[in-house]
Amino acid sequence: MILPALFFYLFAGVCVASAVMVIVSRNPVHSVLYLILAFVNASGLFVLMGAEFLGMMLIVVYVGAVAVLFLFVIMMLDVDFTELREGFIEYLPIGLVIGGIFLAELLLVAGGWVMSPGTAKSITAAIPANVSNTEALGLVLYTKYIHYFQIAGMVLLVAMIGAIVLTLRHKAKVKRQDINVQNARTPELAMAVRKVAPGQGLQDSDAAEWVK
Amino acid sequence: MSFSSAGYQLLPVLPELVLAVGAMALLMLGAYRGAETTKLVTGLAVVLLVLTGVLELMLPAGKLTTFGGSFVVDDFARFLKILAIIGSAVTLILSTEFLSDPSRRIFEYSILVLLSTLGMMVLISAADLIMLYLGLELMSLALYVVAASNRDNAKSNEAGLKYFVLGALSSGMLLYGASLIYGFTGTVDFAGIAAAVKTGSVGIVFGLVFLLAGLCFKVSAVPFHMWTPDVYEGAPTPVTAFFASAPKVAALAVFTRVTLTAFPGIVPQWQQILVFVAIASMALGSFAAIGQRNIKRLMAYSSIGHMGFALVGLASGTVEGAQGVLVYIAIYVAMTLGSFAVILTMKRNGQAVEQISDFAGLSRTNPMLAFLFAMLLFSLAGIPPLAGFFAKWYVFVAAIKAGLFTLAVIGVLTSVVGAFYYLTIIKLMYFDEPAGQVEPMRIELRTVLAVAGIFNIFFFVYPGPLVSVATAAAKSLF
Repeated sequence: MILPALFFYLFAGVCVASAVMVIVSRNPVHSVLYLILAFVNASGLFVLMGAEFLGMMLIVVYVGAVAVLFLFVIMMLDVDFTELREGFIEYLPIGLVIGGIFLAELLLVAGGWVMSPGTAKSITAAIPANVSNTEALGLVLYTKYIHYFQIAGMVLLVAMIGAIVLTLRHKAKVKRQDINVQNARTPELAMAVRKVAPGQGLQDSDAAEWVK
Repeated sequence: MSFSSAGYQLLPVLPELVLAVGAMALLMLGAYRGAETTKLVTGLAVVLLVLTGVLELMLPAGKLTTFGGSFVVDDFARFLKILAIIGSAVTLILSTEFLSDPSRRIFEYSILVLLSTLGMMVLISAADLIMLYLGLELMSLALYVVAASNRDNAKSNEAGLKYFVLGALSSGMLLYGASLIYGFTGTVDFAGIAAAVKTGSVGIVFGLVFLLAGLCFKVSAVPFHMWTPDVYEGAPTPVTAFFASAPKVAALAVFTRVTLTAFPGIVPQWQQILVFVAIASMALGSFAAIGQRNIKRLMAYSSIGHMGFALVGLASGTVEGAQGVLVYIAIYVAMTLGSFAVILTMKRNGQAVEQISDFAGLSRTNPMLAFLFAMLLFSLAGIPPLAGFFAKWYVFVAAIKAGLFTLAVIGVLTSVVGAFYYLTIIKLMYFDEPAGQVEPMRIELRTVLAVAGIFNIFFFVYPGPLVSVATAAAKSLF
């Protein structure tokens, strides 16, 4: 029993510490790396709780895709993060006040939870004994929850259309590759044999024909 | 872990299926045939919406549920879906001019409106928290894009981005609330939540507050209204008309369904939240609108105020209250769409004019237009015998019957303040020197304005059908 507890404190401790480092580190690239560390530790926590599928998804989606994308953006955009952080001291009091309010509210909730132990029983659905996480999800995702799945698909379709509508521009002057035109080119169209008179070179009229 | 297909009939979702498949088919048409099809796609989209509405009406009567009870079609859903479909279809009709400009022939606009309407229909029928969230996101995501659809206009881009960022924040709050509610009740199903929530433990109320905060954002109720004026002003005018009508219907529908079917056990807890939100919205909607110079910003504050009035009905938590909300939103949609038909008409030398001062002397240049707009404004102010008066009447009567006298009195007082800025426009139109000729009204705007105007002026002659349908719809929630 001591080993899971040990690992819990290890993962949780590193997770919180790296989360703090995300905020305080001066170099934004370091921030993202700490963020990745936080994600990995959070996924460790999931595995400890028996939610191994969620743990792996966290690594695949957040570490593998989101954080790397984040890193790219930070490296590509020359954002001056020290300048962004200039108002830090100025806004610290109000931040502390809001943080204090949230802390008080969280304590209230935790208090309510301790005071009514009955709620603790109902919060987890029964975990089937002989099925793994992934299998359990697979059993219901396309059957019992097919409608959620389909609507989520529609949401993604909207996201795709939206990205195209907002960013794709058909510019008139841009040269586009047209494979049909390329394949239809014949030597007669593409080549011309010219007799170059000595000491004169090609005439302008010949060059104009070439540009076509 | 076995699964049976019982309880998964597709008949109740037939209208949604037709809309989804139709939208994708139109998307293919537009994608393969190019921007020339914009007009055709818009026309077919309106036809598709009408077809969806007809299918919705032809579904068997009574309460239908499917997908394991997470999707419900009752009279409440039917009423509001039809209203949302009307809002979307009229918006598409109002958008034809916007889309006819060669630089803005984006056929995806109609597709996005269709998909947003699909989200609204899912949202209106949602009977659990996951369905609610998916419907809300499908609706909102399409709205963010259409807000920015005038890509070369900085204000339109600003509107889209602002709406997106704040919308994402509100989604986060809503999800946080939903996860707390799930944690404390062990279910996401509204009926299950209602069964589990008999007393208001701190955790449940905490979750409820976050859930309602997310929903308040969508109906642009104070204190989650900050995005509204900027987004309304920046978005293209037909899009603003859309924002002010159909999404408000869907958001108010889910607001009503969540509070009345998932939390009937803790009415006092959410009642005080709603009373505060309603009072704040009505007050801000009335006072902040006074200083506005831009008609679209004015309509934004007007819609904030109107959402406050609609929430007055909901705050009472009774059948009369729900009926009041339904009548209110139906009349509000008619008034808003009519008003936007007028705003879209206001063009001089091919340029849309949006300042309130541009309405000066409209009665002399376009007497009929000015008369109908004046009637719509009187109605928005709630002056009898126009439709807007009855809308307010039903919600205030419900509030008084529920013993919320303070709320009703504040509501009446703020509606008097609100009348001031509507009357200012009427005074400008009738007593000031004309600011110049406006371009002749397009036929589709003329039709929309005529229908909205006739409904608005003659509602009092025969209010029976709307009120009785709204009553039946409200009863189906209890």
